[in-house]
Amino acid sequence: MIETIDTSLIDWSRAQFALTAMYHWLFVPLTLGLGVIQAIMETIYYKTGNESWKRTAQFWMKLFGINFAIGVATGLILEFEFGTNWSNYSWFVGDIFGAPLAIEGILAFFMEATFIAVMFFGWEKVSKRFHLVATWLTIVGATLSAYWILVANAWMQYPVGMAFNPDTVRNEMFDFWAVALSPVAINKFLHSVFSGWVLGALFVLGVSSWYLLKKRNTTFALSSIKIGAVFGLFASLLILWSGDKSAYQVAQRQPMKLAAMEGLYEGETGAGLVAVALLNPQKQQYDDAVDPFLFKIQIPKLLSFLAEREIDAYVPGIKNIIEGGYPSPAGTQVLSAQEKIEKGQKAITALANYRKAVKEKEEEKMLQSRVILEENFAYFGYGYIKDPAELVPPVGLTFYSFHIMVILGMYFILLFLIALLWGKREKFKEARWLQYICLGTIPLGYIAGQAGWIVAEVGRQPWAIQDILPTSASISKLDTSSVQTTFFIFLFLFTVLLIAEIRIMLKAIKEGPHMTSNPSH
Amino acid sequence: MKGESVRIKIYRFYRDGFQEMTWGKTLWLIILIKLFILFVILRIFFFPTHLGQFDSQAAKEDYVSGELINRAITP
Repeated sequence: MIETIDTSLIDWSRAQFALTAMYHWLFVPLTLGLGVIQAIMETIYYKTGNESWKRTAQFWMKLFGINFAIGVATGLILEFEFGTNWSNYSWFVGDIFGAPLAIEGILAFFMEATFIAVMFFGWEKVSKRFHLVATWLTIVGATLSAYWILVANAWMQYPVGMAFNPDTVRNEMFDFWAVALSPVAINKFLHSVFSGWVLGALFVLGVSSWYLLKKRNTTFALSSIKIGAVFGLFASLLILWSGDKSAYQVAQRQPMKLAAMEGLYEGETGAGLVAVALLNPQKQQYDDAVDPFLFKIQIPKLLSFLAEREIDAYVPGIKNIIEGGYPSPAGTQVLSAQEKIEKGQKAITALANYRKAVKEKEEEKMLQSRVILEENFAYFGYGYIKDPAELVPPVGLTFYSFHIMVILGMYFILLFLIALLWGKREKFKEARWLQYICLGTIPLGYIAGQAGWIVAEVGRQPWAIQDILPTSASISKLDTSSVQTTFFIFLFLFTVLLIAEIRIMLKAIKEGPHMTSNPSH
Repeated sequence: MKGESVRIKIYRFYRDGFQEMTWGKTLWLIILIKLFILFVILRIFFFPTHLGQFDSQAAKEDYVSGELINRAITP
């Protein structure tokens, strides 16, 4: 066996996927967040009959439309990449990935495409009530689309509801609901959607602040800020709650990711959560004696509580996860990486023997091999791991991304709270410092969202599917140069589209809301 | 207009909506150019389905199983 795959091919395939996914995630959260905010504004218009709320909702709807138009279909590129660059993976995951993506496609097409037209074209053509329903259904459709994509992603982090069929070399879904309602999927969905809501609120606050700084459209801006601040505070508290739930799921299903997020090399009972720290670049190996931190400030016992809901619980570090031998929360002894590697090798050898036996029609060997494969399949992916150190994700990137996300999340709560208090007292109009801060915070909303995805995806390396398939076995055997070519094509295309979006968006913002006449759409 | 079928009403709704667009026209142009680049240029010339080179399901199964088995680390 052993067919060497060029590591640069793995890196370029990953880089291309990361580029595409990160670009796609520039548009999705604003669609989700701004969509809800404009729908709330339209609901106020429906309830009060106040035309200024109609104009306010229409303005944010225009910006929503620009963002939606530039972002639409950018996610399809990911599906192209699955078929070309990740063909082993695509085949291996089979219908588990196909089912949620098919539902997403149908929902996206029918729900969004139908109701978005009513939302944009129907202001003067359908009743107020029907228009409001269409607006909410557009947002519900977009949110449900995100749900099915996140179900597919969550399955990679926590593969459930499937069985591997060695005849077809595919995983086959036997429990749709286990896949669709897995706790990882639910938490991932909530956390991602709430992050979109926060970004939408930051966007509304920032753009409205710009009007105040320019001393124009003041009434519109202050009304928008009130909605943005209330909704943003609500969303950022929800994100705190869903973040805690997500961290608990990571601790239970992906302890290595949690250890990397916290730079925890040696396990501890009553482990503290790192609040602020600087990693030591001298730390090169998981088992060297170098202190991983140059300095750190911790919140005592909090990591244990987050991970196990007990302040004195044991949280394994990277070294412990590699060496094994500690008790799991279920009470069993955790296997070492080496033991898992041996089981993975057994599983892959059993697959080879099974397929050989099928061709030679040796039923007894088929049966024996299948039993060995099923016994060891949970560790299938470890059979591709040469050195246990490969199981350690990039700690620096995961650690800093996690802490940037958390610190920004806390900052957003504070900002929304201040905006709400200042907005209530009509002081926001005079507080230019706050207007500058709100405007400058828009990019931080994007950074927090991207950092969250870096934690989720870099933190689970080397796995494409947790414990089952590493990225090295997932990629297609292609020329590295062809992946490099498409990487740079995407980089160019995305840059052009992003410039187009920013230009059109800025033009629309400069033009401002039409508070007295029918808007253009 | 009385007695118009639902289909015609829907058609008129979309037709008028598109005709009255101002900003939307630029956005639709961007969407169409993007879809052309994605589906006509990138999909066809740069993103062929890797397993599309095999005619049958069995050939795909053999290929992927071979890939998975051959890339494994043997003791």
